[in-house]
Amino acid sequence: MPFLQFSNVDYSYPTGDKDFIQALYSVDLTVERGEFVALVGTNGSGKSTLARLANGLYVPDRGFVTVDGQSTGEKGNLYDIRKKIGVVFQNPDNQTVTTVVEDDVAFGPENLGLAPAEIRERVDWALECVGMSEYAKSNPARLSGGQKQRVAIAGVLALKPELMILDEATGMLDPEGRAEVMKVVTRLNRDEGMAVIMITHFMEEAAQADRIVILKNGRVTADGRELFSQPHAFTDAGLELPLTVRLGVKLKAAGLDLGLPLDADAFVAAAVKALGGDE
Amino acid sequence: MRDLTVGQYYPSNSVVHRADPRFKLLILCVYFVMVFFCDTFFSFAFVTVFVLVTVFIARVPLLKVLKGIRPVLIVLLFTTALMIVFYRDESAAPLAEWWIFKIYLSGIYASLKLAWRLLLLVLMPSLLTLTSTPTEICDGWESLLTPLKWIKVPVHELALIMSIALRLIPTLVDETDKIMNAQKARCAEFDSRNPFKKIKAMLPVLIPLFVSSFRRADELADAMDSRCYRGAKGRTRMKKLKCRAGDVIALLFWCAVFVCVLFLKYNWLNWAFIPLLGI
Repeated sequence: MPFLQFSNVDYSYPTGDKDFIQALYSVDLTVERGEFVALVGTNGSGKSTLARLANGLYVPDRGFVTVDGQSTGEKGNLYDIRKKIGVVFQNPDNQTVTTVVEDDVAFGPENLGLAPAEIRERVDWALECVGMSEYAKSNPARLSGGQKQRVAIAGVLALKPELMILDEATGMLDPEGRAEVMKVVTRLNRDEGMAVIMITHFMEEAAQADRIVILKNGRVTADGRELFSQPHAFTDAGLELPLTVRLGVKLKAAGLDLGLPLDADAFVAAAVKALGGDE
Repeated sequence: MRDLTVGQYYPSNSVVHRADPRFKLLILCVYFVMVFFCDTFFSFAFVTVFVLVTVFIARVPLLKVLKGIRPVLIVLLFTTALMIVFYRDESAAPLAEWWIFKIYLSGIYASLKLAWRLLLLVLMPSLLTLTSTPTEICDGWESLLTPLKWIKVPVHELALIMSIALRLIPTLVDETDKIMNAQKARCAEFDSRNPFKKIKAMLPVLIPLFVSSFRRADELADAMDSRCYRGAKGRTRMKKLKCRAGDVIALLFWCAVFVCVLFLKYNWLNWAFIPLLGI
Protein backbone atom coordinates (compact mmCIF):
# COMPACT_ATOMS: atom_id res chain seq x y z
CA MET A 1 0.00 0.00 0.00
CA PRO A 2 1.39 3.41 -0.96
CA PHE A 3 2.22 5.82 1.87
CA LEU A 4 0.17 8.73 0.58
CA GLN A 5 -2.60 8.01 -1.87
CA PHE A 6 -5.06 10.29 -3.65
CA SER A 7 -7.81 8.28 -5.35
CA ASN A 8 -10.07 10.06 -7.76
CA VAL A 9 -10.16 13.21 -5.63
CA ASP A 10 -12.45 16.13 -6.43
CA TYR A 11 -12.36 19.29 -4.39
CA SER A 12 -14.15 22.61 -4.75
CA TYR A 13 -14.23 25.86 -2.80
CA PRO A 14 -17.48 27.58 -2.06
CA THR A 15 -17.49 31.15 -3.37
CA GLY A 16 -20.06 33.34 -1.72
CA ASP A 17 -23.66 32.40 -2.51
CA LYS A 18 -24.18 29.00 -4.03
CA ASP A 19 -21.29 28.95 -6.44
CA PHE A 20 -18.31 26.68 -6.30
CA ILE A 21 -14.89 26.84 -7.84
CA GLN A 22 -13.66 23.41 -8.70
CA ALA A 23 -10.00 23.24 -7.62
CA LEU A 24 -9.22 19.60 -8.33
CA TYR A 25 -10.73 17.12 -10.81
CA SER A 26 -10.36 13.37 -10.20
CA VAL A 27 -6.77 13.48 -9.05
CA ASP A 28 -4.94 10.17 -8.70
CA LEU A 29 -1.54 10.37 -7.10
CA THR A 30 0.63 8.17 -4.92
CA VAL A 31 3.78 9.00 -3.02
CA GLU A 32 6.01 6.38 -1.42
CA ARG A 33 8.26 6.68 1.62
CA GLY A 34 11.60 8.31 0.88
CA GLU A 35 10.56 9.84 -2.44
CA PHE A 36 11.42 13.39 -3.47
CA VAL A 37 8.57 14.70 -5.58
CA ALA A 38 8.21 18.15 -7.10
CA LEU A 39 4.67 19.34 -7.69
CA VAL A 40 4.57 22.12 -10.24
CA GLY A 41 1.88 24.18 -11.92
CA THR A 42 0.84 27.75 -12.52
CA ASN A 43 -1.05 29.84 -9.97
CA GLY A 44 -4.53 28.46 -9.43
CA SER A 45 -3.65 25.00 -10.73
CA GLY A 46 -4.59 23.43 -7.38
CA LYS A 47 -1.13 22.80 -5.91
CA SER A 48 -1.82 24.27 -2.48
CA THR A 49 -5.22 22.62 -2.30
CA LEU A 50 -3.47 19.32 -2.82
CA ALA A 51 -1.13 20.01 0.11
CA ARG A 52 -4.03 20.83 2.41
CA LEU A 53 -5.90 17.70 1.33
CA ALA A 54 -2.88 15.54 2.15
CA ASN A 55 -2.97 16.23 5.90
CA GLY A 56 -6.70 16.57 6.25
CA LEU A 57 -7.01 20.35 6.51
CA TYR A 58 -9.45 19.86 3.62
CA VAL A 59 -11.52 16.76 3.03
CA PRO A 60 -12.23 15.68 -0.58
CA ASP A 61 -15.74 16.16 -2.04
CA ARG A 62 -15.42 12.88 -3.89
CA GLY A 63 -12.80 10.12 -3.80
CA PHE A 64 -10.48 9.74 -0.83
CA VAL A 65 -7.04 10.51 0.50
CA THR A 66 -5.27 7.91 2.63
CA VAL A 67 -2.07 8.16 4.61
CA ASP A 68 -0.56 4.83 5.58
CA GLY A 69 -3.97 3.27 5.02
CA GLN A 70 -5.88 5.81 7.15
CA SER A 71 -8.43 8.02 5.43
CA THR A 72 -8.39 11.79 6.06
CA GLY A 73 -12.18 11.69 5.95
CA GLU A 74 -12.37 10.45 9.51
CA LYS A 75 -11.71 13.05 12.17
CA GLY A 76 -10.25 10.45 14.54
CA ASN A 77 -7.41 9.76 12.11
CA LEU A 78 -6.28 13.35 11.68
CA TYR A 79 -3.93 13.46 14.66
CA ASP A 80 -2.10 10.31 13.50
CA ILE A 81 -1.99 11.59 9.94
CA ARG A 82 -0.54 14.96 10.96
CA LYS A 83 2.16 13.19 12.97
CA LYS A 84 3.24 11.48 9.74
CA ILE A 85 2.83 14.39 7.32
CA GLY A 86 4.30 17.79 8.10
CA VAL A 87 3.39 20.83 6.03
CA VAL A 88 5.50 23.98 5.70
CA PHE A 89 3.52 26.90 4.34
CA GLN A 90 4.50 29.81 2.15
CA ASN A 91 4.64 32.66 4.63
CA PRO A 92 6.93 31.97 7.59
CA ASP A 93 5.39 34.92 9.48
CA ASN A 94 2.08 33.06 9.65
CA GLN A 95 3.55 29.89 11.09
CA THR A 96 5.35 31.00 14.23
CA VAL A 97 3.51 30.98 17.53
CA THR A 98 6.03 32.39 20.00
CA THR A 99 8.74 35.02 20.33
CA VAL A 100 11.62 32.60 20.89
CA VAL A 101 12.94 30.34 18.13
CA GLU A 102 13.42 27.22 20.27
CA ASP A 103 10.01 27.61 21.93
CA ASP A 104 8.44 27.76 18.52
CA VAL A 105 10.22 24.62 17.34
CA ALA A 106 9.08 22.93 20.57
CA PHE A 107 5.41 23.72 19.82
CA GLY A 108 4.89 20.56 17.70
CA PRO A 109 6.52 18.01 20.03
CA GLU A 110 4.79 19.67 23.00
CA ASN A 111 1.49 18.95 21.27
CA LEU A 112 2.51 15.31 20.97
CA GLY A 113 2.78 15.18 24.75
CA LEU A 114 6.42 14.03 24.83
CA ALA A 115 8.62 14.17 27.92
CA PRO A 116 10.50 17.48 28.37
CA ALA A 117 13.91 15.82 27.87
CA GLU A 118 12.84 14.26 24.59
CA ILE A 119 11.34 17.55 23.37
CA ARG A 120 14.65 19.28 24.16
CA GLU A 121 16.51 16.61 22.21
CA ARG A 122 14.23 16.91 19.19
CA VAL A 123 14.38 20.72 19.21
CA ASP A 124 18.18 20.71 19.30
CA TRP A 125 18.29 18.10 16.55
CA ALA A 126 15.80 19.97 14.34
CA LEU A 127 17.64 23.27 14.73
CA GLU A 128 20.93 21.54 13.98
CA CYS A 129 19.41 19.99 10.83
CA VAL A 130 18.44 23.37 9.41
CA GLY A 131 21.64 25.03 10.64
CA MET A 132 19.92 27.43 13.05
CA SER A 133 21.33 26.18 16.38
CA GLU A 134 23.04 29.46 17.16
CA TYR A 135 19.74 31.33 16.84
CA ALA A 136 17.88 29.11 19.34
CA LYS A 137 17.26 31.98 21.74
CA SER A 138 16.58 34.67 19.12
CA ASN A 139 13.33 36.36 18.30
CA PRO A 140 11.99 35.08 14.95
CA ALA A 141 10.92 38.64 14.06
CA ARG A 142 14.56 39.64 13.80
CA LEU A 143 15.62 36.87 11.41
CA SER A 144 15.85 37.08 7.63
CA GLY A 145 13.19 35.45 5.45
CA GLY A 146 15.34 32.42 4.69
CA GLN A 147 16.18 31.97 8.36
CA LYS A 148 12.52 32.30 9.37
CA GLN A 149 11.54 29.65 6.86
CA ARG A 150 14.30 27.35 8.12
CA VAL A 151 12.88 27.78 11.62
CA ALA A 152 9.43 26.88 10.26
CA ILE A 153 10.95 23.77 8.67
CA ALA A 154 12.62 22.89 11.99
CA GLY A 155 9.23 23.29 13.67
CA VAL A 156 7.76 20.65 11.36
CA LEU A 157 10.90 18.51 11.51
CA ALA A 158 10.70 18.28 15.30
CA LEU A 159 7.53 16.21 14.82
CA LYS A 160 9.70 13.69 12.90
CA PRO A 161 7.21 13.29 10.05
CA GLU A 162 7.71 10.62 7.40
CA LEU A 163 6.69 13.02 4.65
CA MET A 164 7.26 16.75 4.53
CA ILE A 165 5.24 18.91 2.16
CA LEU A 166 6.66 22.33 1.35
CA ASP A 167 3.86 24.48 -0.01
CA GLU A 168 5.77 27.10 -2.01
CA ALA A 169 7.96 27.41 1.04
CA THR A 170 10.58 29.26 -1.00
CA GLY A 171 8.09 31.52 -2.75
CA MET A 172 8.72 34.60 -0.63
CA LEU A 173 12.48 34.20 -0.31
CA ASP A 174 15.34 35.83 -2.16
CA PRO A 175 17.70 33.57 -4.18
CA GLU A 176 20.02 33.13 -1.22
CA GLY A 177 17.19 32.14 1.11
CA ARG A 178 15.86 29.75 -1.54
CA ALA A 179 19.24 28.08 -1.86
CA GLU A 180 19.48 27.72 1.94
CA VAL A 181 16.10 26.02 2.14
CA MET A 182 16.75 23.76 -0.87
CA LYS A 183 20.02 22.59 0.63
CA VAL A 184 18.31 21.65 3.88
CA VAL A 185 15.49 19.84 2.10
CA THR A 186 17.66 17.79 -0.25
CA ARG A 187 19.90 16.80 2.65
CA LEU A 188 16.93 15.68 4.75
CA ASN A 189 15.67 13.56 1.88
CA ARG A 190 19.07 12.01 1.18
CA ASP A 191 20.39 11.50 4.72
CA GLU A 192 17.27 11.09 6.85
CA GLY A 193 15.25 9.26 4.22
CA MET A 194 12.36 11.66 4.66
CA ALA A 195 9.91 11.79 1.77
CA VAL A 196 9.45 15.30 0.39
CA ILE A 197 6.79 16.89 -1.75
CA MET A 198 8.09 20.21 -2.98
CA ILE A 199 5.38 22.48 -4.32
CA THR A 200 7.01 25.18 -6.39
CA HIS A 201 6.94 27.17 -9.54
CA PHE A 202 10.68 27.50 -9.77
CA MET A 203 11.69 24.88 -12.31
CA GLU A 204 15.31 24.98 -11.14
CA GLU A 205 14.07 23.66 -7.78
CA ALA A 206 11.81 21.09 -9.38
CA ALA A 207 14.81 19.83 -11.33
CA GLN A 208 16.40 18.64 -8.09
CA ALA A 209 13.55 16.24 -7.36
CA ASP A 210 13.48 12.57 -8.37
CA ARG A 211 10.02 12.83 -9.80
CA ILE A 212 7.91 15.67 -11.12
CA VAL A 213 4.13 15.95 -11.11
CA ILE A 214 2.53 18.66 -13.25
CA LEU A 215 -0.85 20.10 -12.40
CA LYS A 216 -2.90 22.12 -14.83
CA ASN A 217 -6.31 23.56 -14.00
CA GLY A 218 -6.89 21.02 -11.25
CA ARG A 219 -5.81 17.95 -13.21
CA VAL A 220 -2.57 15.97 -13.14
CA THR A 221 -1.30 16.25 -16.71
CA ALA A 222 2.10 14.61 -16.32
CA ASP A 223 3.81 12.52 -13.67
CA GLY A 224 7.18 10.83 -13.88
CA ARG A 225 10.93 10.79 -13.64
CA GLU A 226 13.12 12.43 -16.31
CA LEU A 227 10.14 14.58 -17.20
CA PHE A 228 12.35 17.26 -18.71
CA SER A 229 12.88 14.96 -21.69
CA GLN A 230 9.32 15.91 -22.67
CA PRO A 231 9.59 19.71 -22.68
CA HIS A 232 6.09 20.14 -24.11
CA ALA A 233 4.59 18.69 -20.90
CA PHE A 234 5.81 21.84 -19.15
CA THR A 235 5.06 24.37 -21.84
CA ASP A 236 1.54 22.97 -22.29
CA ALA A 237 0.89 23.58 -18.59
CA GLY A 238 2.04 27.19 -18.94
CA LEU A 239 5.37 26.63 -17.18
CA GLU A 240 8.77 27.88 -18.18
CA LEU A 241 11.54 25.32 -18.54
CA PRO A 242 14.89 25.80 -16.81
CA LEU A 243 17.36 27.77 -18.89
CA THR A 244 19.60 24.73 -19.45
CA VAL A 245 16.71 22.69 -20.82
CA ARG A 246 15.58 25.52 -23.08
CA LEU A 247 19.11 25.85 -24.45
CA GLY A 248 19.37 22.06 -24.81
CA VAL A 249 16.15 21.96 -26.83
CA LYS A 250 17.31 24.76 -29.15
CA LEU A 251 20.77 23.23 -29.58
CA LYS A 252 19.18 19.88 -30.37
CA ALA A 253 17.02 21.53 -33.02
CA ALA A 254 20.18 23.09 -34.42
CA GLY A 255 21.81 19.68 -34.58
CA LEU A 256 23.82 19.46 -31.35
CA ASP A 257 22.44 16.90 -28.86
CA LEU A 258 23.78 17.44 -25.35
CA GLY A 259 21.48 14.98 -23.58
CA LEU A 260 19.66 16.47 -20.62
CA PRO A 261 21.99 18.39 -18.33
CA LEU A 262 19.95 20.18 -15.66
CA ASP A 263 22.37 22.45 -13.85
CA ALA A 264 24.85 24.93 -15.28
CA ASP A 265 27.97 22.87 -14.51
CA ALA A 266 26.62 19.73 -16.13
CA PHE A 267 25.51 21.78 -19.13
CA VAL A 268 28.95 23.32 -19.63
CA ALA A 269 30.62 19.93 -19.24
CA ALA A 270 28.31 18.38 -21.82
CA ALA A 271 28.80 21.30 -24.19
CA VAL A 272 32.58 21.16 -23.91
CA LYS A 273 32.53 17.42 -24.53
CA ALA A 274 30.21 17.74 -27.52
CA LEU A 275 32.37 20.45 -29.05
CA GLY A 276 35.44 18.24 -28.69
CA GLY A 277 37.32 20.43 -26.22
CA ASP A 278 38.77 19.16 -22.98
CA GLU A 279 38.31 20.54 -19.48
CA MET B 1 8.28 49.95 17.43
CA ARG B 2 9.93 46.65 16.57
CA ASP B 3 11.38 46.50 20.06
CA LEU B 4 7.90 46.06 21.48
CA THR B 5 8.22 42.37 20.73
CA VAL B 6 10.65 41.71 23.53
CA GLY B 7 8.82 44.14 25.75
CA GLN B 8 11.83 45.94 27.04
CA TYR B 9 13.73 42.85 28.13
CA TYR B 10 17.23 43.69 29.27
CA PRO B 11 19.30 40.51 28.85
CA SER B 12 21.58 39.65 31.74
CA ASN B 13 22.30 36.62 33.87
CA SER B 14 21.48 38.03 37.28
CA VAL B 15 19.67 36.20 40.08
CA VAL B 16 16.56 38.24 39.37
CA HIS B 17 16.62 37.27 35.69
CA ARG B 18 16.95 33.60 36.49
CA ALA B 19 14.25 33.63 39.16
CA ASP B 20 11.02 31.72 38.61
CA PRO B 21 8.55 34.09 36.86
CA ARG B 22 5.71 32.75 39.01
CA PHE B 23 7.43 34.00 42.13
CA LYS B 24 8.24 37.32 40.51
CA LEU B 25 4.54 37.74 39.76
CA LEU B 26 3.56 36.74 43.31
CA ILE B 27 6.08 39.20 44.75
CA LEU B 28 4.65 41.87 42.48
CA CYS B 29 1.15 41.18 43.84
CA VAL B 30 2.37 41.41 47.45
CA TYR B 31 4.27 44.56 46.55
CA PHE B 32 1.24 46.27 44.98
CA VAL B 33 -0.89 45.70 48.06
CA MET B 34 1.98 46.82 50.28
CA VAL B 35 2.46 50.13 48.47
CA PHE B 36 -1.14 51.03 49.26
CA PHE B 37 -0.46 50.54 52.96
CA CYS B 38 2.46 53.00 52.96
CA ASP B 39 1.36 56.30 54.47
CA THR B 40 4.38 58.01 55.98
CA PHE B 41 7.49 59.31 54.27
CA PHE B 42 9.48 56.86 56.35
CA SER B 43 7.55 53.84 55.09
CA PHE B 44 7.89 55.06 51.50
CA ALA B 45 11.63 55.44 51.98
CA PHE B 46 11.75 52.02 53.65
CA VAL B 47 10.14 50.31 50.63
CA THR B 48 12.17 52.36 48.15
CA VAL B 49 15.41 51.10 49.69
CA PHE B 50 14.39 47.49 48.97
CA VAL B 51 13.30 48.36 45.45
CA LEU B 52 16.68 49.96 44.80
CA VAL B 53 18.48 46.94 46.23
CA THR B 54 16.45 44.67 43.91
CA VAL B 55 17.34 46.85 40.93
CA PHE B 56 20.98 46.64 41.97
CA ILE B 57 20.87 42.84 42.29
CA ALA B 58 19.14 42.59 38.89
CA ARG B 59 22.11 44.45 37.36
CA VAL B 60 19.77 46.61 35.30
CA PRO B 61 20.73 50.28 34.89
CA LEU B 62 18.47 52.40 37.12
CA LEU B 63 17.79 54.71 34.21
CA LYS B 64 16.23 51.85 32.25
CA VAL B 65 13.91 51.11 35.15
CA LEU B 66 13.00 54.77 35.50
CA LYS B 67 12.07 54.86 31.82
CA GLY B 68 8.98 52.92 32.85
CA ILE B 69 7.66 56.19 34.27
CA ARG B 70 7.59 57.92 30.91
CA PRO B 71 4.11 56.79 29.81
CA VAL B 72 2.56 57.89 33.13
CA LEU B 73 4.68 61.00 33.63
CA ILE B 74 2.00 63.43 32.47
CA VAL B 75 -0.65 61.80 34.65
CA LEU B 76 1.76 61.88 37.54
CA LEU B 77 2.62 65.59 37.18
CA PHE B 78 -1.00 66.54 36.54
CA THR B 79 -2.44 64.74 39.56
CA THR B 80 0.32 66.05 41.80
CA ALA B 81 -0.27 69.62 40.66
CA LEU B 82 -4.04 69.35 41.11
CA MET B 83 -3.57 67.81 44.53
CA ILE B 84 -1.35 70.70 45.65
CA VAL B 85 -3.74 73.46 44.63
CA PHE B 86 -7.05 71.84 45.55
CA TYR B 87 -6.13 70.13 48.82
CA ARG B 88 -8.18 71.60 51.67
CA ASP B 89 -7.04 71.50 55.27
CA GLU B 90 -9.58 73.25 57.55
CA SER B 91 -7.34 73.02 60.62
CA ALA B 92 -4.46 75.06 59.20
CA ALA B 93 -3.94 78.36 57.51
CA PRO B 94 -2.98 78.25 53.82
CA LEU B 95 0.65 79.03 52.92
CA ALA B 96 -0.45 80.88 49.83
CA GLU B 97 -3.71 81.83 48.22
CA TRP B 98 -4.68 82.97 44.73
CA TRP B 99 -8.20 83.08 43.28
CA ILE B 100 -9.75 79.65 43.96
CA PHE B 101 -6.37 78.02 44.65
CA LYS B 102 -5.08 77.56 48.17
CA ILE B 103 -1.85 75.83 49.04
CA TYR B 104 -1.48 74.09 52.40
CA LEU B 105 1.62 72.46 53.85
CA SER B 106 -0.32 69.21 54.39
CA GLY B 107 -1.44 69.42 50.75
CA ILE B 108 2.17 69.49 49.60
CA TYR B 109 2.93 66.48 51.77
CA ALA B 110 -0.09 64.56 50.48
CA SER B 111 0.74 65.23 46.85
CA LEU B 112 4.38 64.26 47.36
CA LYS B 113 3.18 60.97 48.84
CA LEU B 114 0.85 60.46 45.93
CA ALA B 115 3.67 61.01 43.45
CA TRP B 116 5.97 58.71 45.38
CA ARG B 117 3.31 56.01 45.50
CA LEU B 118 2.70 56.19 41.75
CA LEU B 119 6.44 56.07 41.19
CA LEU B 120 6.78 52.93 43.30
CA LEU B 121 3.80 51.36 41.53
CA VAL B 122 5.49 51.87 38.17
CA LEU B 123 9.04 50.86 39.11
CA MET B 124 8.50 47.21 40.02
CA PRO B 125 6.43 46.20 36.96
CA SER B 126 9.04 47.99 34.88
CA LEU B 127 11.72 45.89 36.57
CA LEU B 128 9.66 42.74 35.96
CA THR B 129 9.46 43.33 32.21
CA LEU B 130 13.15 44.21 32.12
CA THR B 131 14.15 40.96 33.78
CA SER B 132 11.69 38.47 32.24
CA THR B 133 10.75 37.76 28.64
CA PRO B 134 7.07 38.02 27.64
CA THR B 135 7.05 34.25 27.18
CA GLU B 136 8.22 33.75 30.75
CA ILE B 137 5.56 36.10 32.07
CA CYS B 138 2.91 34.28 30.00
CA ASP B 139 4.06 30.90 31.30
CA GLY B 140 4.11 32.30 34.82
CA TRP B 141 0.52 33.51 34.60
CA GLU B 142 -0.59 30.26 33.00
CA SER B 143 0.92 28.26 35.82
CA LEU B 144 -0.37 30.58 38.57
CA LEU B 145 -3.89 30.59 37.16
CA THR B 146 -4.05 26.82 36.70
CA PRO B 147 -6.43 26.42 39.69
CA LEU B 148 -8.99 28.43 37.69
CA LYS B 149 -9.28 25.46 35.33
CA TRP B 150 -11.53 23.94 37.97
CA ILE B 151 -14.13 26.59 37.26
CA LYS B 152 -13.68 26.06 33.50
CA VAL B 153 -11.57 29.11 32.76
CA PRO B 154 -9.59 28.28 29.58
CA VAL B 155 -6.23 29.20 31.13
CA HIS B 156 -4.05 27.47 28.54
CA GLU B 157 -5.92 29.04 25.64
CA LEU B 158 -5.70 32.51 27.20
CA ALA B 159 -1.94 32.13 27.69
CA LEU B 160 -1.54 30.97 24.09
CA ILE B 161 -3.59 33.90 22.82
CA MET B 162 -1.37 36.27 24.78
CA SER B 163 1.77 34.65 23.44
CA ILE B 164 0.55 34.80 19.83
CA ALA B 165 -0.55 38.41 20.27
CA LEU B 166 2.90 39.36 21.52
CA ARG B 167 4.54 37.57 18.66
CA LEU B 168 2.30 39.23 16.05
CA ILE B 169 2.92 42.81 17.19
CA PRO B 170 6.04 43.40 15.06
CA THR B 171 4.44 41.65 12.08
CA LEU B 172 1.38 43.89 12.28
CA VAL B 173 3.52 47.00 12.77
CA ASP B 174 5.39 46.12 9.56
CA GLU B 175 2.10 45.53 7.81
CA THR B 176 0.66 48.87 8.95
CA ASP B 177 3.78 50.55 7.61
CA LYS B 178 3.36 48.87 4.26
CA ILE B 179 -0.32 49.77 3.97
CA MET B 180 0.35 53.38 4.98
CA ASN B 181 3.04 53.66 2.34
CA ALA B 182 0.70 52.17 -0.24
CA GLN B 183 -1.96 54.74 0.68
CA LYS B 184 0.58 57.56 0.69
CA ALA B 185 1.59 56.54 -2.82
CA ARG B 186 -2.04 57.18 -3.72
CA CYS B 187 -1.95 60.63 -2.14
CA ALA B 188 -3.45 59.84 1.27
CA GLU B 189 -2.52 62.46 3.86
CA PHE B 190 -1.53 61.19 7.26
CA ASP B 191 0.21 64.28 8.59
CA SER B 192 -2.76 66.59 8.57
CA ARG B 193 -2.98 68.79 11.69
CA ASN B 194 -6.73 68.42 11.92
CA PRO B 195 -7.44 65.49 14.26
CA PHE B 196 -10.67 64.60 12.46
CA LYS B 197 -8.89 64.44 9.12
CA LYS B 198 -6.21 62.34 10.77
CA ILE B 199 -8.71 59.80 12.03
CA LYS B 200 -10.45 59.75 8.68
CA ALA B 201 -7.12 59.12 6.97
CA MET B 202 -6.49 56.10 9.22
CA LEU B 203 -9.67 54.36 8.09
CA PRO B 204 -8.26 53.16 4.75
CA VAL B 205 -5.33 51.77 6.74
CA LEU B 206 -7.34 49.97 9.39
CA ILE B 207 -9.67 48.13 7.04
CA PRO B 208 -6.99 46.40 4.97
CA LEU B 209 -5.12 45.70 8.20
CA PHE B 210 -8.21 43.98 9.60
CA VAL B 211 -8.76 41.93 6.49
CA SER B 212 -5.17 40.78 6.33
CA SER B 213 -5.19 39.96 10.05
CA PHE B 214 -8.07 37.59 9.53
CA ARG B 215 -6.28 35.96 6.63
CA ARG B 216 -3.18 35.62 8.78
CA ALA B 217 -5.22 34.11 11.60
CA ASP B 218 -6.63 31.55 9.19
CA GLU B 219 -3.21 30.54 7.96
CA LEU B 220 -1.80 30.41 11.46
CA ALA B 221 -4.66 28.15 12.51
CA ASP B 222 -3.88 25.83 9.58
CA ALA B 223 -0.19 25.80 10.50
CA MET B 224 -1.02 25.01 14.12
CA ASP B 225 -3.43 22.24 13.11
CA SER B 226 -0.73 20.82 10.86
CA ARG B 227 1.59 20.71 13.84
CA CYS B 228 -0.82 18.47 15.77
CA TYR B 229 -2.28 21.18 18.00
CA ARG B 230 -5.33 19.89 19.90
CA GLY B 231 -5.66 22.45 22.66
CA ALA B 232 -4.39 21.74 26.14
CA LYS B 233 -5.29 18.06 25.82
CA GLY B 234 -2.25 15.83 26.32
CA ARG B 235 0.16 18.73 25.88
CA THR B 236 3.50 18.86 27.67
CA ARG B 237 6.03 21.68 27.98
CA MET B 238 9.69 21.67 27.07
CA LYS B 239 10.64 24.24 29.67
CA LYS B 240 9.15 23.36 33.01
CA LEU B 241 9.15 26.25 35.45
CA LYS B 242 11.33 25.29 38.37
CA CYS B 243 11.07 26.95 41.73
CA ARG B 244 14.26 27.04 43.76
CA ALA B 245 14.84 27.77 47.41
CA GLY B 246 15.97 31.29 46.52
CA ASP B 247 12.58 32.07 44.93
CA VAL B 248 10.71 31.05 48.06
CA ILE B 249 13.13 33.03 50.25
CA ALA B 250 12.65 36.13 48.09
CA LEU B 251 8.88 35.83 48.40
CA LEU B 252 9.08 35.36 52.17
CA PHE B 253 11.45 38.33 52.38
CA TRP B 254 8.98 40.62 50.60
CA CYS B 255 6.20 39.33 52.84
CA ALA B 256 8.38 40.32 55.80
CA VAL B 257 8.80 43.81 54.31
CA PHE B 258 5.02 43.94 53.98
CA VAL B 259 4.60 43.06 57.66
CA CYS B 260 7.05 45.84 58.59
CA VAL B 261 5.02 48.31 56.55
CA LEU B 262 1.85 47.17 58.31
CA PHE B 263 3.54 47.69 61.67
CA LEU B 264 4.63 51.16 60.61
CA LYS B 265 1.05 52.00 59.75
CA TYR B 266 -0.92 50.41 62.60
CA ASN B 267 1.65 50.18 65.38
CA TRP B 268 -0.19 47.25 66.97
CA LEU B 269 2.30 46.86 69.81
CA ASN B 270 2.32 50.59 70.55
CA TRP B 271 6.07 50.91 70.09
CA ALA B 272 7.09 54.40 71.09
CA PHE B 273 9.60 54.92 68.29
CA ILE B 274 7.14 54.56 65.44
CA PRO B 275 5.31 57.89 65.91
CA LEU B 276 8.74 59.57 66.06
CA LEU B 277 9.45 58.49 62.47
CA GLY B 278 7.39 61.39 61.25
CA ILE B 279 4.44 62.12 59.04
